[in-house]
Order: sequence, then C-alpha cells, then structure tokens
Amino acid sequence: MSLLKYESQLREPLVDGDKDYHQVTEDICRPIETKPTRLWYIGFTIAVLLLCFGVYSVYREVVYGTGQWNLNKTVGWGWDITNFVWWIGIGHAGTLISAILLLFRQGWRTGVNRAAEAMTIFAVICAGQFPIFHMGRVWMFFFVLPYPNSRGPVWPNFASPLMWDVFAVSTYFTVSLLFWYSGLLPDLATLRDRARTKFRKMFYGLTSFGWTGSTKHWQRHESLSLVLAGISTPLVLSVHTIVSFDFATSVVPGWHTTIFPPYFVAGAIFSGFAMVQSLLIITRKVLALEDYITVGHIEAMNKVIVLTGSIVGCAYLTELFVAWYGQNQYEWWAFRQNRLNLFSPYGWSYYGMMFCNVVSPQLFWSRKLRRNIAFTFFMSVLINVGMWFERFVIIVTSIYRDYLPSAWSTYYSPTIWEIGFYLGTFGLFFTCYFLFAKFFPVIAVAEIKAILKTSGENYKAKMTETEKMDADKFYIEEVEHAH
Amino acid sequence: MSVKKFVVGCFDDEKVLFPAIKNVRRAGYKIHDVYTPFPVHGLDHAIGIRETSLHTAGFIFGITGTATALGCMGWIFTSDWPLNIGGKPHFPLPAFIPITFETTVLFASVGMVMTFCYLCQMMPGVKKHHFHPRATDDLFVMVIECTEKTNETEVTSFLQTNGAIEVNVQEAEAGWWFGRYDKQQKLYRHEEVGY
Repeated sequence: MSLLKYESQLREPLVDGDKDYHQVTEDICRPIETKPTRLWYIGFTIAVLLLCFGVYSVYREVVYGTGQWNLNKTVGWGWDITNFVWWIGIGHAGTLISAILLLFRQGWRTGVNRAAEAMTIFAVICAGQFPIFHMGRVWMFFFVLPYPNSRGPVWPNFASPLMWDVFAVSTYFTVSLLFWYSGLLPDLATLRDRARTKFRKMFYGLTSFGWTGSTKHWQRHESLSLVLAGISTPLVLSVHTIVSFDFATSVVPGWHTTIFPPYFVAGAIFSGFAMVQSLLIITRKVLALEDYITVGHIEAMNKVIVLTGSIVGCAYLTELFVAWYGQNQYEWWAFRQNRLNLFSPYGWSYYGMMFCNVVSPQLFWSRKLRRNIAFTFFMSVLINVGMWFERFVIIVTSIYRDYLPSAWSTYYSPTIWEIGFYLGTFGLFFTCYFLFAKFFPVIAVAEIKAILKTSGENYKAKMTETEKMDADKFYIEEVEHAH
Repeated sequence: MSVKKFVVGCFDDEKVLFPAIKNVRRAGYKIHDVYTPFPVHGLDHAIGIRETSLHTAGFIFGITGTATALGCMGWIFTSDWPLNIGGKPHFPLPAFIPITFETTVLFASVGMVMTFCYLCQMMPGVKKHHFHPRATDDLFVMVIECTEKTNETEVTSFLQTNGAIEVNVQEAEAGWWFGRYDKQQKLYRHEEVGY
C-alpha cells in the first residue's frame, strides 16, 4: 500500500460493489458461518472417495513393492516422478503470488493470495508423496535425513541433487506454511470475534493465537511478511531450479541441458497460475465472491499465463535447436526419434505438450478471451494437461530408449495402481481444499480492507473531485500521514 | 500483570483517527494501544512506537543457518566420514550452495516466526482482553490508560469531541493469560451494537 490515498480511475477497481469494512468481513466470512451447500458435500465426497482409492493403491505398493508399478529396466522414473514434478510445479504459484507480487506492490494479489497459498501447501504435500513412496521401503524414508545414526554414522551425499531436493522441498513446504499461517492469524481473529457457536469460539480462539490487532503487532506482522516475502522469492525460484538439477546434472540425452532451471521455473509458474485459475473460478462462483475475485483478477493472471507460456515455448524451441546445433548424436537422437517423430511410441505426448503449452496460451493475447471466464477455465485445465505432458516427455521419452537397443522394445505404460496413486493425490488435494474453503477465509480479509479505500469501486467513483485538484493542494490534502 | 483502568474510544474512519491521536498525545494522555482491523500505515509513527527490529533477528537467524549448513557439511565430508565421490574434492563448495541456501531460508523464516510469536505473546491457548469485539472487523479502537490522576469523564468527553463514535471506561487485565474464548467471551451478536 502506498502512502497515497488515491489511485487513478483508469485502473480497474479491485473490489466491486458498494462495500465498507464491515461488508467485506460479512461477505468473506459468510461461507464459513453458514452450512455448506449441496455442491460442497458432493465435491467433498468425490474427493474423499478418490483419496481412499489412492490410499489403497499406495497400500498395495507398500505391501507388494514397486513391482505394482510398470517401471522397467530403462524407465526407472515413470508416472510417479512425472506427478511429483507436476505437483511441485503447481505449488509454485501461491508463494509467487504472495511473495513476488508483494514485493512488486501488485494490489490485485490481495484477492487471490490466500487461496493460492493454500493451494501451494496442498500441492507440495501431494508432490512429496511420490518420491517418498517411490523409495519402495517407505518405512526407511528417514534415511535421507542427515542425523547422527548408529550405522557408521552414514551421512547422505550433500553433493547430490536428489539430496538438495529433500532440503528444497521440505524448506519450501515449511516456509510456505509459515507465510500462509502468519497471514491467516488476523483473519482467524476476525472469525473468532464473530463466532457464535461454542465450537467456532474454541477453534478460532485456539488457531488465532490470541491476536488482538494491536498497532505494535501489526507493525511486526508487516515486517515479518515483508522479510518472508523477500526470502521466499529466491526460495520459489530455487526449488524448481533444484528439481531441474535432478535431470540437468545427469548425462542422459534429453536431460543434460543448461536451459533446464529457467525453463522449469517458468513452466512451474505457468502451471501454478493455471491451477489457481481453475480453483478460483469455481470458488468465486460457489462462495459468491465475484466482487472480490473480479474479471480483472482473472485477466491479470491470464497475462502472467501468456508471459510464462511464451517463455516455456521459447525454451522448448531453444532446447530443440541446441539439440540439433550441438551435434551430439545421442542428444539429437533423443529429440529427433523419440520426440519429434510423431509416429514414435511417445510422439503423441510431445505434440500434445506443444499444442497445450505453446500454441493454445497464445490466444490470451486477445483481451476478449482473457476476460472470458468459461474460456479461461477451459484453458486452465488444458494448460495443466499440457504441463503434465511436458514432465512425461522429459522423463519418459528421454529414458525409454537408452544406449542399449536390445532394451528398446519395453514400452512403458502405467498400471492401475500407478494411476490410482495419481488420482489419490487429487483426492488429497481436493479434500484439503474443500476443508480449507469451509473453515478458513479464502480471501485475506485484512488485506482487502487495506486496499478498499484506494481500489474499491464505490471509493474510486468519488475520486473525480480529487483528479481535478491541483498538485500542491493534492499533496497537502491527500498524501496521507506524512508526519 | 495487573488490572488497570482504561478509557476506550472507537473510531470508524482512519481519517478521523489520525488527528484524534495527535490531539490525545498533545494533551498528554498515555495511549495504551490502538487496535485496528488491518495494518494502517503510519499509525505506528503516529502513536510514537519505535521501528521493529524483527528483521535484524531474521538476519541473525539466517546467518546461523548458513553457518550451521556449511559447518555441518564441511565437518561431515572432511573429517567425520570423508567419502571419495568420483575423485572430487572433499569440500566441494559449489555443490554445497543449494543446501546452504535452503538452510539459511529455513532458519531465518522459522526463527522469525517464533520470535514474532514470542514478542507478540501469541500461541494457541493464549487469551487477551478485547476492548471491543469489532476491533477485528471495522472499528479503530484507541485505548487510553488511566493513572490515579486521570479524570475519566474528562478523557471521555475529550475523545467524543475528537470524533469517537463510542466511548466507554473498562477495567481490564492488560496482559495475557491462558484461557478459552468459548468460556470467557462476551457475546457480540447479543449486544446492541447497531446491526
């Protein structure tokens, strides 16, 4: 928030309708304080059923071993690692929105950051399941942690990208959780002070940590958010960079590429924003929050999508060009035979990826389409399908034909339990999201109030007078609290 | 902590609040705190509290993280259990950077949040006196602490002339205690607060 109490009328309002502070509280807290709709129950039941199927799939994998999956001699990473990278990529939008957009002072962040951060946390939880269960003997997963042990002590290899990944993902999860929760505290206090039932008083009393809204606490809270945003920004970029190192530091043709870090980070932001769109378009409709998540917010996110989609497209083409120009016969083979050739066993995935991620987002250059909600929803799903293809292309098409042609006949396709594991993480994700939307405010109440008087529709309408004022008078009257 | 007497004035507009704070301070009354539903910029300077040093704590935690990561990895790979990994150096600094960075961020953020909770005396189960239930909704609540010499009626009328929409005198515990909000809270809907 700037010192100015004025924002140009040319800028679209961020909060529609005739709102005051109390109305903002009412609108955002209403879904939490009323009984959920039938749609909520239906959605929640489907999510829980999917979760149960996932739990059973994982149970089979734990009891009978990774043989339950169709991983074979050359394809050691299949759907599991594809899904890991896909989920962790989705988990990049939340912290990006709340951290980078906070540093860039983007006001529209306030409408979407809370839900996006929650989505980040759930996506990272889902992502974490895949490498953990991929270990096979999951009960020994703690072997990756560096702790003094009685086995030597045997330490993990700190110079290995897989070890970096353990640190990156767990740090990212912890920091996102802290960032999200510290932002939630004031809003939980609002809910606590409005609570009428015994359960809500107790629940929000416990979860709001005794927040009162004291000036000193707000001052520290602001400082905390700013510093967390500052250190989360490089953290977001580092996490997917490190995930890309899992591939880039190997010598597998198709993986051994220096372009991977920026390419992965752009792809992560791209898919993360697409997932935020899918969720928020439904959320704003179901919870009647169209005044807070406006078409303007959706358009702003579509602009990020077209930017990152173009970066991703550029990276695909650069990678392809360098594979040819680099004159490494193995690298070029991986691209020419395993990807570019439409009639190769996985050629369809490369072209699917190209279509969904490079061609289709270009439609968002049209303002009309950017502001079309149904079209945006369709595109957001399409982009996430495309981003799944991207990870599948990178992983499977690079390794299903290795240096030994006698191993080439083994075509990798997932078993029902591999698919079940993936569906199960969807169940986990949506179960968490439904519970979040029921018990927590999906929009940051306090942050909306902080921008209301500059960006609310009714306040903006009154600014015509201000716009006619001359500069000196404006400075004296409207530059706020410059003590 | 002890029970003290406070005069509580509620404002519904920050434009009225700021001049009121100026006048209250000029008149020599002691502002205990101002409770707001969202961060009002410039309010901390207006009531005269110093800048927070929370970011300094964050820096110290971060540096601790850097030192811990580099120290531990260095000790493990050079003296505790040196491994020959492809003939590479035992202290490969570039390969240690990612983990060092992540640990720095982890220590800084966890440390800062814990310091924040400690400084603000916040944790699950902590209960504090609320001067007005709408302070987390739409009111800016200015709380003035009374001494033996303070004349409450004078302060009350002073606040009213400065634009407070509601003024009352409360005797309250200023600190925090362990308690439950479902047991000791006044019901806010059941009061006549106008809506």
